[in-house]
Amino acid sequence: MDATDFALVTACQAGLPLKPRPYHAIAEQLGLAPEDVMARINAMLESGVIRRIGVVPNHYALGYTANGMTVWDVVDEKVDELGEQIGQLSFVSHCYRRPRRPPLWPYNLFAMVHAKTRAQAQAYADQIAAILGEACRQSDILYSSRMLKKTGLRIGD
Amino acid sequence: MSDSVRKLTTSHETRPRIGEGQIAAQQETLPNEIDRRLINAFQGGFPICERPFQVAASALNLDEETLIARIDALLKAGVLTRFGPLFNAERMGGVNILAAMSLPQSEFEQVVKLVNLQPEIAHNYRREHALNLWFVGAAETPEKVEAAFAHIESVTGYPVYRFPKQHEFFVELKLEA
Repeated sequence: MDATDFALVTACQAGLPLKPRPYHAIAEQLGLAPEDVMARINAMLESGVIRRIGVVPNHYALGYTANGMTVWDVVDEKVDELGEQIGQLSFVSHCYRRPRRPPLWPYNLFAMVHAKTRAQAQAYADQIAAILGEACRQSDILYSSRMLKKTGLRIGD
Repeated sequence: MSDSVRKLTTSHETRPRIGEGQIAAQQETLPNEIDRRLINAFQGGFPICERPFQVAASALNLDEETLIARIDALLKAGVLTRFGPLFNAERMGGVNILAAMSLPQSEFEQVVKLVNLQPEIAHNYRREHALNLWFVGAAETPEKVEAAFAHIESVTGYPVYRFPKQHEFFVELKLEA
C-alpha cells in the first residue's frame, strides 16, 4: 500500500458517499482519476485489505438480540483443526484462538454466534459442542447485554 | 502507517445506536421488504463501477434514486452501522486487540465513560460474566493500543485482561434480514 491507498482508506472509512457516482466523488475529493480510484479499490479487495463492500447491518435492529460470545477450552493439539470447522458454521461471525488467562479465564477458542433468541443461540452452541466433542473440557456463553460503543475503523494519529 | 494519514472522526459517532433495551422503541424503523432484500443481497459484492447504485438497484428491481434513499434512511435509523468498504485493519499494518475487565456495578458506568473516551477503543460491550466489560482496542500500532489499555488501568486501578488473537479462523457470515 502506498500513500495514495492510505488517502483512499481515510476518504472511505466513514463510508461511501451516497451519490450516483460515489467513486468519482472520492476521486474528485482526492484529485485522482476515477479509474485509478476504482482500480485501487479493486486491488485492495483482491488483497484482503478490504474485506467486502456493502451494507453492515446492526445486529440488534435485525432482531439478532441474542449475540453470544461462545468460549471453549479446547486441548491445544486440536484447537486449530477444530477452529477451522467451527468458522465454517453459517451462524458464526468471528472465530479466533486466543490466550487463556488462568485461573480467571480457561478458554482458548472464541466463536461469536448471532441468533434471535437465547434458545437458538444455545442450540448453535450445542452444534459447536458436538463438533468439539471430548477435545473440549469446559465452555461458556457470554451474552452482550448492552452495546456501549461501536465505531468504524479509524486510522491516523 | 503514513504520517500523512490524519485522523478522521466518523459520522457514525452521532448516529443513533440500537441496543437490546431500545428494541421496542425502534419497531417502527425496522426494515421493510425492500430493505430486507437490499440487506440480504449487499452485505458484500457492492459493485465497483461508475454507477454502482444503478447496477445494484437493477439487481433488486429498484431504481438508483430509491436505493440511495433507502441506504441513507437505514443509516440514519441505525439499522445499518456502515455502508461502504469494510477494511481489515491488520492488512494495513494496524492492530486490534480484544480486552476485558471485571468491574463492580457501582463503578461500571464511570469506567465505561473513560473507556469510550479513548479514541483507540472501537467496540465496547457489557457482557454477563465476572469479566463484564469487553472492548476492542484498534490503532495503527500495538503500542498505541497498549497505551490506551495502560491508561485505563492506571486511572481505574482495575486490570485490563488482554486477549490478542493468536489465530483467525476463516468465516463467512451473513445476517438474514
